[in-house]
Amino acid sequence: MSAPLVEVSTIARSYAMRSGMFGRATAVHAVDGVSLTIRKGETLGLVGESGSGKSTTGRIVLGLEPPDHGDVRFDGKPMAAPGTRAWRAQRARMQMIFQDPLGALDRRLPVATQIREPLDIHGLGTPAEREDRVRELLRAVELTPAHGARYPGALSGGQRQRIVLARALATKPDFLVCDEPVSALDVSIQAQVVNLLCDLQAQLGLTLLFISHDLRVVRQISNSVAVMYLGRIVEIGRADDLFAQPQHPYTQALVSASPAPGRRSAGRIVLAGDPPNPAARPQGCAFHPRCPRAIARCASEVPALSAVGGDRQVACHLVTGPQAQTRDAA
Amino acid sequence: MTPLVSIEGLSVAFNGVPVLRGVDLSLQKGEALGLVGESGSGKSVTWLAALGLLPRHAKVSGSVRLDGREILGARASELDHVRGGRVAMIFQDPASALNPVLTIRRQLCETLALHRDLSGEAVKAEARRLLDLVGIPDATRRLSAYPHEFSGGQVQRIMIAMALAGNPDLLIADEPTTALDATIQAQILELLSTIRRETSMAMVLISHDLGVVAENCDRVSVMYAGRIVEQAPANQLFADPVHPYAQGLIGALPPLDGPRRRLTAIPGTVPDPAHMPSGCAFAPRCALAAEPCDLATPTLAPIADDRAVACIRAEASRRALLGIAAE
Repeated sequence: MSAPLVEVSTIARSYAMRSGMFGRATAVHAVDGVSLTIRKGETLGLVGESGSGKSTTGRIVLGLEPPDHGDVRFDGKPMAAPGTRAWRAQRARMQMIFQDPLGALDRRLPVATQIREPLDIHGLGTPAEREDRVRELLRAVELTPAHGARYPGALSGGQRQRIVLARALATKPDFLVCDEPVSALDVSIQAQVVNLLCDLQAQLGLTLLFISHDLRVVRQISNSVAVMYLGRIVEIGRADDLFAQPQHPYTQALVSASPAPGRRSAGRIVLAGDPPNPAARPQGCAFHPRCPRAIARCASEVPALSAVGGDRQVACHLVTGPQAQTRDAA
Repeated sequence: MTPLVSIEGLSVAFNGVPVLRGVDLSLQKGEALGLVGESGSGKSVTWLAALGLLPRHAKVSGSVRLDGREILGARASELDHVRGGRVAMIFQDPASALNPVLTIRRQLCETLALHRDLSGEAVKAEARRLLDLVGIPDATRRLSAYPHEFSGGQVQRIMIAMALAGNPDLLIADEPTTALDATIQAQILELLSTIRRETSMAMVLISHDLGVVAENCDRVSVMYAGRIVEQAPANQLFADPVHPYAQGLIGALPPLDGPRRRLTAIPGTVPDPAHMPSGCAFAPRCALAAEPCDLATPTLAPIADDRAVACIRAEASRRALLGIAAE
């Protein structure tokens, strides 16, 4: 197995939120004690519902936001302080693409100019070399130089996302954070972009952190997958294995909630209750109010993420606690 | 049996640009019909046009019959009885469909007063019953709450309650779960199927999510560029799609189990409605396109019981699929 490129250890991040104009500020724990390792050339998928802290994790990993606790190591070295020269050099090696390509592009600039911008900022190559690189990047994302002369408004959603991808690849990064990159695209276009990402990853040896709520897309592209719920990782494991045999009750519900053509909803787990509110995090296991199998201990004690064999780690008293062992023995 | 709704040759043009180009659909009482297709394929416009909800500059032609009565171009007073009464509609973004400065009670009771001839205590009792029905806990107290006090899934439940207020025969659900999280989507779909079981209401489920449609509908129509290209019972469509576009859509969906395979993406993009290719609109993206595809637009032709497809290469497409399966 290859060496880790990104090592995240027990990062936490909370925001102050005020309810109403005169309300008291409460701390919202967006991310709480998340540890991850992404090996070189591999893809880690991060899934979870809105408010689970997926995107905040992505931003911290990229150094766009400092963690309150914990640290992120990139290629064996700690992240440099934001704004320094070392930070800039490190940032050129990591890039991000977002869900909304139109929001990420400047509508008043031809897209080729925007692809070129990171090269100008990081001072890579002579002007002629930069032009060549832009053409090469457009080819890499299966577009033509004619597309480069257009403005974002004159391109389709899929083409815009390719431009954003080309721009992200301009500085030859080692690491790419993709935050819901295909969620806004139609199914047929989504497949084009997913295939392109897989191809580029194989060609360039990219390491990816792929954030999405779509389990199918995540499985398609990821080597390992981490499932987040209210700022914590509740289960992590190899992609195929995790979706074939989810162990955490939340992962089981998520997998079962993903509708599939040709499979009628027999034995679907429908969770009761609302999606979790990060501002009112329940005591104990954050999932226990919605968990169909919760026991008394779940309401008081936060389950730790522990190994359950193979590459799987689960944070659930029912899977890792003494009850689980006695049940297995019985 | 007269179908509940029958749409014939429905066409819509905005400023001379055709967006819906001759849609034929029929829906029996109590049936669940799925409409799938990519953005811009005309899924929503079909029903907005049928119910007279499009802006005035839209040019609508064709015929829409509800229980045999023509409703396209009907008088406003007649449409007021149809909309919200016989046919109700819910949308993707429930929060913007509710008035933020009125309580849920006001909004629910307004619908009830309009469509149900109820008054006084009876209205309030019915409003409570509806909230209970859609699974909002503590209905009596929650009736005096404002929309922002509910979560996204609950607001969609309230929209469903309002849609049910007129005891409709048909519910048109336009991407009802697209804005919701996976576990909440499962709740809403379950709620819709429970209500349909209890009230034998027909439903049109408009969605871009093939899985959602497959699991919740009896019959599915696949739309592309303003036309229906394939129509089939849900289980048959997903097991054995015939139109190359339907095949492409299903092939583009990553599997959740079994071995990973490279996705079969459909090349290119949806054609611009202002510059439609001549002949079959899908031909420029179709792997099986042959010369005659450019000549005329294929019509929706029956190929089996309850199945129809608009493709002159349907036979070849079927062979190609079987060939792949045989390998």
